[in-house]
Amino acid sequence: MMRTLDVVNPYLEEVRTLEELLERVDIEGESAVIDAKGLQHKEINDLMRELVHRGVRRVRLVNVFGQRFIGTRLFFREGLRVEIEIEGFPGNDLGAFLSGHRIVVRGNAQDGVGNTMDDGEIVIHGRAGDVVAMSMRGGRVVVRDSIGYRGAIHMKGLEGKEPLLIVGGTAQDFLGEYMAGGRVVLLGIGVERHRMRYVGTGMHGGAIYVGGTILPHQVAKEATFGSMDEEDWKFLEKVGALYAREFNVDDVLEREFVKIVPRSKRPYGSLYVAGKNENQGKKINFSL
Amino acid sequence: MIQKSPKSIKIFRNIGLSGRLVEGERVMIGPYVRDDKDFSACGVFGIMNRSGGRFRARKIVRAMENMRVRGNGLGAGYAVYGLYKQYKEYYALHMIFDEKSVKRKVDEFLQRNFEVVHEEAIPTDESVGLPNPPVFWRYFVSPKKKGGDKALSDEDYVISKVMYINTRLRGVYVISSGRNMGIFKGVGFPEDVAEFFMLNEYKGYMWTAHTRFPTNTPGWWGGAHPFGILDWSVVHNGEISSYGTNKRYLEMFGYYSTLKTDTEVLAYIFDFLMRKRGLPIEVVARILAPPTWEEIDSMDDRERAFHTALRMTYAPLLVNGPWAVIVARNGIMFGLTDRIRLRPLTTAERGDYFFISSEEAAIRAVSPNLDRVYTPYGGEPVVVTLEEKALKKVLGE
Repeated sequence: MMRTLDVVNPYLEEVRTLEELLERVDIEGESAVIDAKGLQHKEINDLMRELVHRGVRRVRLVNVFGQRFIGTRLFFREGLRVEIEIEGFPGNDLGAFLSGHRIVVRGNAQDGVGNTMDDGEIVIHGRAGDVVAMSMRGGRVVVRDSIGYRGAIHMKGLEGKEPLLIVGGTAQDFLGEYMAGGRVVLLGIGVERHRMRYVGTGMHGGAIYVGGTILPHQVAKEATFGSMDEEDWKFLEKVGALYAREFNVDDVLEREFVKIVPRSKRPYGSLYVAGKNENQGKKINFSL
Repeated sequence: MIQKSPKSIKIFRNIGLSGRLVEGERVMIGPYVRDDKDFSACGVFGIMNRSGGRFRARKIVRAMENMRVRGNGLGAGYAVYGLYKQYKEYYALHMIFDEKSVKRKVDEFLQRNFEVVHEEAIPTDESVGLPNPPVFWRYFVSPKKKGGDKALSDEDYVISKVMYINTRLRGVYVISSGRNMGIFKGVGFPEDVAEFFMLNEYKGYMWTAHTRFPTNTPGWWGGAHPFGILDWSVVHNGEISSYGTNKRYLEMFGYYSTLKTDTEVLAYIFDFLMRKRGLPIEVVARILAPPTWEEIDSMDDRERAFHTALRMTYAPLLVNGPWAVIVARNGIMFGLTDRIRLRPLTTAERGDYFFISSEEAAIRAVSPNLDRVYTPYGGEPVVVTLEEKALKKVLGE
């Protein structure tokens, strides 16, 4: 006889009850420490939510190894703000949909940090992986070292919000892909020359500031170098001060900075439909 | 048991949204496989001890457990190198049989074509409860070439016989065929598959592993990763859109894909380009994950001519789609992704140990402190090799 194969949802199997989980938590007033060793993704978030309901405002997560989505589902109508400190190596989509909290990671982060984050702050004392700040629409992500591919992909600013991604080192290819708003700063600390290509592919809003050398051919055809005005320098000084304070370093802005901006607000307006458009007549290259 | 006689039966399969039925090739029937493709968000991991020290499965199983959510229990497997010290000069053929009764004709075939120095059932622990396991058997053999086959190298001879078994003998597949290595794979989560094969009883200087998350096709035992030919093994996260093109090209050189998962072609591509054609990995990476024509246009004359020639000569071996792979062979392991890294891959080192993984956290779960962590660019191979002294020991030369 054939046996049918059971498809398991590895995110939801064997999730324990809050009663069982609370045994692993030390609560002292407004602070709590969670030993995340062996905890499932959902269990960590269940626990944090319960702790906030019990009055906790500072959570320290220790022994984190790859658990995903940490900090998501922490939405409170009252607008409560929680401080989450992570010791270890959080998994993908750290702080996804983050709703105003502050997350500090003492270690490296993986892919999808701040995915569709709404507000708050994520600080990584290390490096982060691909699609950092993806679809982010508010708040701040600060990465001490470098990030992977497609940082700030489809980042957007709306209703007065202006998301911000600050990276101490460099990024890999497709930074700011389809970016619609917000700002990205690569400080370029310790970077001789940025190697990333296709910066700003499909970009149609926002701005990317790059410290250090980046050549025109590294920038996608939908983006271009803009001129830096006084407001830009003031902004960079603020960013530099913030980074210096967070990671205890000096001279964060000791290099040339360029600003990369979109050429157009509708780069693909005539991609499928012929018609009058600001891009009409421009060559669209499909050779990728 | 896998259903009987799956190989020669022509079945119809539904392609695309049109609902048009086309006559397919030999496809495993039953609830296992209905299509060639493998859409996935799998997890891959590899460890090598560069000085050749052998270690047990515990480390890599722990790393795979850490990436549990990258799979869904429908496929997992391991490749182990430095595995068969006692028989290291012989090709170790790992086989799956639909049922024990097919063994007789396999024995006959092997006796005709090889010296079989040892054979045995691969020990398994049925109490782990994995669904519908086939029969696992291993043979240690050396080529017995006759007639026209004498012109073939040992490697080409072994490949031709493996291909014969996979395409002509019903109810049996060779899942690995290298010296001093072996592939163990099946349907389950990685930790269950490891327990099923009692992998902690084995030692190797290099291990690679895979956990599968097929979203389009049900998993079956032969379709789990790693895929191997000779001592090559490949674990892969992603999808190979160019599978059909790659597969047909390889058929011209005697490589036949029979296991119905796209990754299989990669094992043959690496053997063809690196062993047969003798190309170094740096060049092979440029064939599988070539620079765009736009980039080629911006190169200096020499580089442009080289890359143009590569793309023209080996166009059918461009591997399209999102992919990250870990490839291993005695003495070498490398990680490589598609040219715009649509699947993640991170590498790290700690002392003698070198790691390649889908996620850094899985490496940290095994080795919290690392000397170096590096994430390659798309299309950039990260290569680790065994120290020369250790390699001689591994191959017994």
